[in-house]
Amino acid sequence: MNNIFAIGSITIKELYRRKDFYVLFVLSALITLMAGSAHFFHDDKIVRYLKELCLLLIWIAALVIAITTAARQLPAEREQRTIFPLLAKPVSRAQVLLGKFLGCWLAVGLALVMFYAFLGVVSASREHAWPLEYYIQALWLQWMMLAVVIALALLGSIVFAAPSSNGTICLVTVVGILLLGGHLHEVALERPEPMQSFLSTLYFLIPHLEWFDVRDLVVHESGLVAWWAVGAASVYAMVYAGFLLFAAWVLFRRKALN
Amino acid sequence: MDAILQIDGLRVEYGGPRPKVAVAGLNLSVRAGEVFGFLGPNGAGKTTTMNVLLGFVNATGGSARLFGVDVRQPIARQRIGYLPELTYYYKFLTAEELLYFYARIFKIPRSERQSRIDAVLKLVELDHARNRQIKTYSKGMQQRVGLAQALINNPDLLILDEPTSGLDPIGRMKVREIILRLKHEGKTVFFSSHELGEVETVCDRVAILHNGELKAEGRVDDLTREHQASLEQVFLKIIGYQPAPAA
Repeated sequence: MNNIFAIGSITIKELYRRKDFYVLFVLSALITLMAGSAHFFHDDKIVRYLKELCLLLIWIAALVIAITTAARQLPAEREQRTIFPLLAKPVSRAQVLLGKFLGCWLAVGLALVMFYAFLGVVSASREHAWPLEYYIQALWLQWMMLAVVIALALLGSIVFAAPSSNGTICLVTVVGILLLGGHLHEVALERPEPMQSFLSTLYFLIPHLEWFDVRDLVVHESGLVAWWAVGAASVYAMVYAGFLLFAAWVLFRRKALN
Repeated sequence: MDAILQIDGLRVEYGGPRPKVAVAGLNLSVRAGEVFGFLGPNGAGKTTTMNVLLGFVNATGGSARLFGVDVRQPIARQRIGYLPELTYYYKFLTAEELLYFYARIFKIPRSERQSRIDAVLKLVELDHARNRQIKTYSKGMQQRVGLAQALINNPDLLILDEPTSGLDPIGRMKVREIILRLKHEGKTVFFSSHELGEVETVCDRVAILHNGELKAEGRVDDLTREHQASLEQVFLKIIGYQPAPAA
């Protein structure tokens, strides 16, 4: 575990010494503040729209940070050849992979905490309330979902040579799952065979990232998700992330480095 | 003396329909406390052999052991230090942060880490620049950071891949001084170099590799005496170099 944490700490350091995160945070903050300063339709409940906008920006920014950070980790190590002095130490490739995963996941978690703290301050300034449990639940579920996304991007970074192509493919896949994943089974039932079986199989195979999206509950404060369900969703995310990391390790351990 | 680096019948082939043999049945052993020069022209198989020793490349056949442990086991690298030919470090880190990271990897106790970092930074004369990011360093300074990271675990075996490549004469002199100092401390150094004068100065024994095969191995004195020539001339003769006829 020592090596995994050490490699993870370098990944976190890299993230906060780069400008990507700050640019996304400032951009999200500016858009939210600008939207928040306007009085649309003289609606007293404008704070709901504000929350909705802010949460959408948080989701977009977190996905971009997670995918771009994870997608460049291993290719950058190989391209800049920093992998060589690292693997010349008593470090296994599995530890490198897990360290990169942990670093990206923790770094994105820190970014989420900042984003949600900002959301909390902005909405509290309007509605003078702190629905903390909603924020914690939304943050936790989003973070769990991002574990699957990061593992997917790490796997992609071993399969695809260029981080940009891997990033694009991951982003399209994740957005596709978020938007269409839940409807896949319904679509399958309307299709003739063999398409029906194919779509049904796909429905049961893909990680259902849309289950982790509780933005509507936060916006309308329409009841918390049962904590046991949050726990089950966390286990579900860890199983998928574990499977994707295992696949990444199988490929990475045989991968020629030069 | 015990062999701390042992290579038996090592064979490495690179894939493809017609595989290229990079190393063909290499046998080599390096004993504790000696400075061993690994020589050969470009493409001879030196770097491939080092890559096998460091676990970057899997051998097609034969075996390689460090301190009696198969090189495919990460623990085999616990007592070695490695300096790559070119400097490849996290440039967003400072020298001190980089060394701290590697010290952590080697599981150096927390109480000893700082003193170890101070000692190696002093040895490579980078004490004054320890808090600057590596990306701001000159090439010579980056090479010295490389040496510092290779020494952070106080290794018993140092593997150096062309350690003076691209350095100015002062930089080369400093690296040579460090190698000699390590030799006097009883460390084992295994290094590749094209600087044959330097090899002659610091090495106890050398091996000359050509087209993946071991062509000669022995004490520097014995080789030069046997051929009645300098190490450079011995080297050129062994690899079969024919000077172009004068126009």
